[in-house]
Amino acid sequence: MNTQAAVEIAHLRKAYGEVVAVDDVSFSVAEGEIFGVLGPNGAGKTTTVECVLGLRSPDAGSIRVLGLDPGQDREDLHQIVGAQLQESAQPGKLRVGEILDLYRSFYSEPADVGEFIDALGLAGKLKDYYRSLSGGQRQRLSVALALIGRPKIAVLDEMTAGLDPQARRATWDLIEGVRNRGVTILLVTHFMEEAERLCDRVALIDAGRVVALDSPAGLAARASGGKTMRFVPSAPFDDRLLSEVPEVRTVTRSGSHVVVTGTGELVNVVILTLATAGVTARDVQLDPSTLEDAFVKLTGRHLHEEGILK
Amino acid sequence: MSTYTLALPKALSKALPKTAPRAAFGKIVLNEVRLAWRLPAGLIFGVAVPLVLLIIFGEIPSFHQPQPSLGGLVLFPVYVPIIISMAIAILGLISLPASLVSYRDQGILRRLSTTPVPSSWLLAAQLVVEFCIAMTSLLIVIVVSIAAFGLDVPRNPGALLLAIVLSIAALFAIGLCIAAVAWSGTAARAIGAGVFYPLLFFAGMWLPRQAMPGVLQGISNYTPLGASVEAMQDSMRGQFPPAASLLVLAGYALVFAFIAKRFFRWQ
Repeated sequence: MNTQAAVEIAHLRKAYGEVVAVDDVSFSVAEGEIFGVLGPNGAGKTTTVECVLGLRSPDAGSIRVLGLDPGQDREDLHQIVGAQLQESAQPGKLRVGEILDLYRSFYSEPADVGEFIDALGLAGKLKDYYRSLSGGQRQRLSVALALIGRPKIAVLDEMTAGLDPQARRATWDLIEGVRNRGVTILLVTHFMEEAERLCDRVALIDAGRVVALDSPAGLAARASGGKTMRFVPSAPFDDRLLSEVPEVRTVTRSGSHVVVTGTGELVNVVILTLATAGVTARDVQLDPSTLEDAFVKLTGRHLHEEGILK
Repeated sequence: MSTYTLALPKALSKALPKTAPRAAFGKIVLNEVRLAWRLPAGLIFGVAVPLVLLIIFGEIPSFHQPQPSLGGLVLFPVYVPIIISMAIAILGLISLPASLVSYRDQGILRRLSTTPVPSSWLLAAQLVVEFCIAMTSLLIVIVVSIAAFGLDVPRNPGALLLAIVLSIAALFAIGLCIAAVAWSGTAARAIGAGVFYPLLFFAGMWLPRQAMPGVLQGISNYTPLGASVEAMQDSMRGQFPPAASLLVLAGYALVFAFIAKRFFRWQ
């Protein structure tokens, strides 16, 4: 069992007519892992997980979910994979308790409703109609429905979209608890903090391709490998003074500002080097490095921007 | 994917999921019943409106007297099957597609297809519930007609039941087809209404079939509601309905069920 990946995707490709949603995506999710799929809107994240769930059939490539082919073994697949989809509602005039009870009946060994309800803040809502729930409550119900069949793998597509920070953190705690019981989690998100907090590994997807695959810290470190600082020098100096320093990669001038990119303890090294020439750096700015920077660095775009492919 | 040799066993095993508990179907039906009760448009238009119409027609004295202008026809017994077919048409052409399309629009069918339960179960549950509403409605119409307005007890109940079941099959199949092709809930309602009124005309709602000119009656024979009314009127009078009317209904049921199955979008 340990050698088997929970989810194995190789060279997945899916186009809708002329539009290529997923160009070439490969990654492997280990059992018990929280794996993040991160990327801007239209990058192909949702199409990828829809193929994992058997909702769409790939044009090319292969997918194995605990050894099952989502296109062929849908029934067995859906006993062991729980899904939370974007834009899927429930009938407005059903009560929360009735919906939970219905979904419990689909599975051979369902969880007790009580297990998630408190953690998701739905305990007092069982008798409420679905249509009276707030957006956040609906979202939390859909997370509960994804977990109610005691899945081995939970696929969660933008599970905290529309939640306030407090509900978001409560949901993160719940997901960590679920993972601690051995459930593998495939998480689609474009929310940085979520990936940094929850994910063991993250695949950055852009324009239908995996542009990087690493731990969140690893990715952020790559970005910090590309630190940028800018300052105003107190006196003129020769660019070679800095460009000969090993930590410095580039030196450019932008008006009165000098922009230096490089690695490691860039700021200290630059300031010390300038001091040897009697120059002080004023108005020093440093772009903080995060997963977001890693993303910008690797794709040239911000996460919340629209992708090229829609 | 590679061969077709496994196609038949696969299709059979798909029809009867091995891992999904059968009790789930009962739960789906139960929730559909709750929804039918809590969003009572189907009950109002499929049960209450036909009943009110029946009472109005029943209270008109001239409806119980032979009409010399219509060759001595007594209108009330003629209108009972028309009202029944109207009730079936409302449920099949308007109520059924509206709920199915809204389930598709809201992503409920899509969500269901990520569970061990096939999303076709929800469609089947809808059909069961609408069928029960239709049977309740026409049972009420027939009982009230007999008890309050002196309609003769149908003389060939077996044939009447056959005519009713075939009518429901035909109209529900057309409704499934509307749900299959409609791109939105509004479109489903518009198409449903656009089909409903002409069909109701050919059922004889505004001009009984017996009073229609030959050409219109000829067309009516081949419309689902015209065939339905013809089959019901005959079996109420004690005759076995003409085979043509039953075949027309069965034909609509088969052809439209096939088209619906072929073109139904689950997401």
